[in-house]
Amino acid sequence: MKLEKILKQKAPAVVKTWIRMTLDTYPADARRFLNEQKDPFANPVGQALSQEMKNIYLELLEGLNPETVSSFLDYMVKIRAVQDFSPSQAVAFIFFLKKAIREELKKEIQKNRLQDECMDFESRIDALALLAFDIYVTHKKKLYEIRANQAKNQVSKLLERAGLICEIPPWNPDFKDANGQE
Amino acid sequence: MADVPKPEELAKIDHSLSPWQGWMNAPTEIREGIACYGVAPKNTRIVDFPNPREWSPFDEDWKLPENWKEIVLDGLRERIDRFRSLKIFMDICVRCGACADKCHFFIGSGDPKNMPVLRAELLRSVYRKEFTTAGKIMGMFAGARELTYDVLKEWWSYFFQCTECRRCSVFCPYGIDTAEITIIARELLNLLGLNIDWIGAPVANCYRTGNHLGIQPHAYKDMIDFFVDEIEEVTGVKVEPSFNRKGAEILFITPSGDVFADPGTYTCMGYLILFHYLQSLGLDITWSTYASEGGNFGYFTSHEMAKRLNAKMYAEAKRLGVKWILGGECGHMWRVINQYMDTFNGPADFLEEPVSPITGTKFENAKSTRMVHITEFTADLIKHGKLKLDPSRNDNLVVTFHDSCNPARGMGLIEEPRYIIRNVCNHFFEMPENTIREQTFCCGSGSGLNAGEDMELRMRGGLARANAVKYVHERHGVNMLACVCAIDRAVFPDLMQYWVPEVGVTGVHELVGNALILDGEKERTTDLRNEPLPGVEIEEEE
Repeated sequence: MKLEKILKQKAPAVVKTWIRMTLDTYPADARRFLNEQKDPFANPVGQALSQEMKNIYLELLEGLNPETVSSFLDYMVKIRAVQDFSPSQAVAFIFFLKKAIREELKKEIQKNRLQDECMDFESRIDALALLAFDIYVTHKKKLYEIRANQAKNQVSKLLERAGLICEIPPWNPDFKDANGQE
Repeated sequence: MADVPKPEELAKIDHSLSPWQGWMNAPTEIREGIACYGVAPKNTRIVDFPNPREWSPFDEDWKLPENWKEIVLDGLRERIDRFRSLKIFMDICVRCGACADKCHFFIGSGDPKNMPVLRAELLRSVYRKEFTTAGKIMGMFAGARELTYDVLKEWWSYFFQCTECRRCSVFCPYGIDTAEITIIARELLNLLGLNIDWIGAPVANCYRTGNHLGIQPHAYKDMIDFFVDEIEEVTGVKVEPSFNRKGAEILFITPSGDVFADPGTYTCMGYLILFHYLQSLGLDITWSTYASEGGNFGYFTSHEMAKRLNAKMYAEAKRLGVKWILGGECGHMWRVINQYMDTFNGPADFLEEPVSPITGTKFENAKSTRMVHITEFTADLIKHGKLKLDPSRNDNLVVTFHDSCNPARGMGLIEEPRYIIRNVCNHFFEMPENTIREQTFCCGSGSGLNAGEDMELRMRGGLARANAVKYVHERHGVNMLACVCAIDRAVFPDLMQYWVPEVGVTGVHELVGNALILDGEKERTTDLRNEPLPGVEIEEEE
């Protein structure tokens, strides 16, 4: 496929534009920091973003192995799931890739008449967006689970420790007491 | 430390961070997942705080007294006269931006109002308007603005998105302590009854019953008795703590989280095992069921309330006639003791300068507060070869250490916990240098923000810390995060579950309890969590 060859050649430019568009979802005063601070411990969000988006792009060119690409998507989406984004905003960055490709490769696409190939590739991006949505929901569910467990543990452990409730011991089918009873 | 900017650099204020454009008029949204619930009237009333009423921060109307603005401005005036530090912090910031990207909430959220400089500017802008000539005349051009209902809501939102961790102050070339600005802002909000219930309830409980959860003395003792049984099961040794014993040499006070919440409870067992071990070496220590809380949430409401709660520990020490106080693994308790105790309730001249009864070491750093941190005490014991330890019992653990903000930055307690860990564990790895020691990243849930309803705030606030844990987990196989703070022990399990689920959380004295070899103990097959020790096969029940 011709398009894939061009996408590979132009990878740095496309990824850069894609990252810029994604950074634009953050408040203006934060963008420069997210973009320029290269220490991954001082700037975990910006660095995760640029690293993983690069990985995702390269994986897209290889096809779309859901397992591999999910591992790249996971941390990024997990971060965006606890930031000030609505669910759609949190995963919208996936679609920015279409725009980045059109912006960066407009001439090449027109010159080589690659519109059809381009549409095929964009379907891959759509599949990626669906994966991102699944990941987003998994992490949101996890958040609520943590919240629910916190409330549950607070109360039940106290009651148990204070001897106010008597738990039924776990059942072991092999265990028999002195009278041979289960 | 960040490099101190040169004068020519200071002159170049970066206007992309300018507080004059935009942010002043940007409305604040009180969002679920970020904001905590408002304080309940019963918890306000019992400690005589103003304006008890049912209210919700998510409602339009916060049910404030009519003269709320006057109350806040009078409160600010009074505090500016009272605290020279506040006046200086209001005046000297040149907005160099050194602190801007150092806050874990900014790093995790990208919200510019979480930059410490801008968060402080929320208060400073009102200060300028009301208390400086330039601000009165030039208004917005001098960075000044009116205190309006919206501004008040903005204060509430952002001063409860600061954990008072002081990381930003480490980088400030002028030494501005933004945490103190948050402390004052919260005091002002408190004048209107605008606190959060996760702070209000522990304060009320602590004031009335003695600890954050309102656990009564008999239940407190029951819990410790439960640990005594657990310890006997694991070690075969029955430890015998004493309670409220007059004439004991030392009073032990720990945060109630160690007594009532996992995994702090295992740390509490560690204390009990250590004290038992030291008994034959001359340790004479008692627990109190009344001073049953080391934590001081009063510190998140007002200086006066912090003083009232702190007084309780010293009153109990006086009542029991002890010589000095040993304190457990806690965070902000140590900031209060180290930085405020002397002027709150000091001097504690009815106590003696702490001396370890086992090693004879004088804790000169505690000369005036007469309260010693348990990791100082234990590190000294190890240094003098007083403890028989088998670190291989912790061989299933690959440990890293989180410097809790208050002990690390508030009292400089940095080496002692590490020294202990290195002696009780064989596998210890540090997180990257710019995330530990005085540059440590906050757990994201300190200063009363460890509620459940603000889980998104907590997770993004803790991201910078978790990210460093993730790194040592992936690189060195770290599976246990050790800390010396009860709030850390309460919030890290949640944080890890979200960001690095493979990593557990422990207090340092849990590790000590596992490694310490007691006289007459049976062969241990499990650790304090009842999990099999490394190399021990679980035997089939006969």
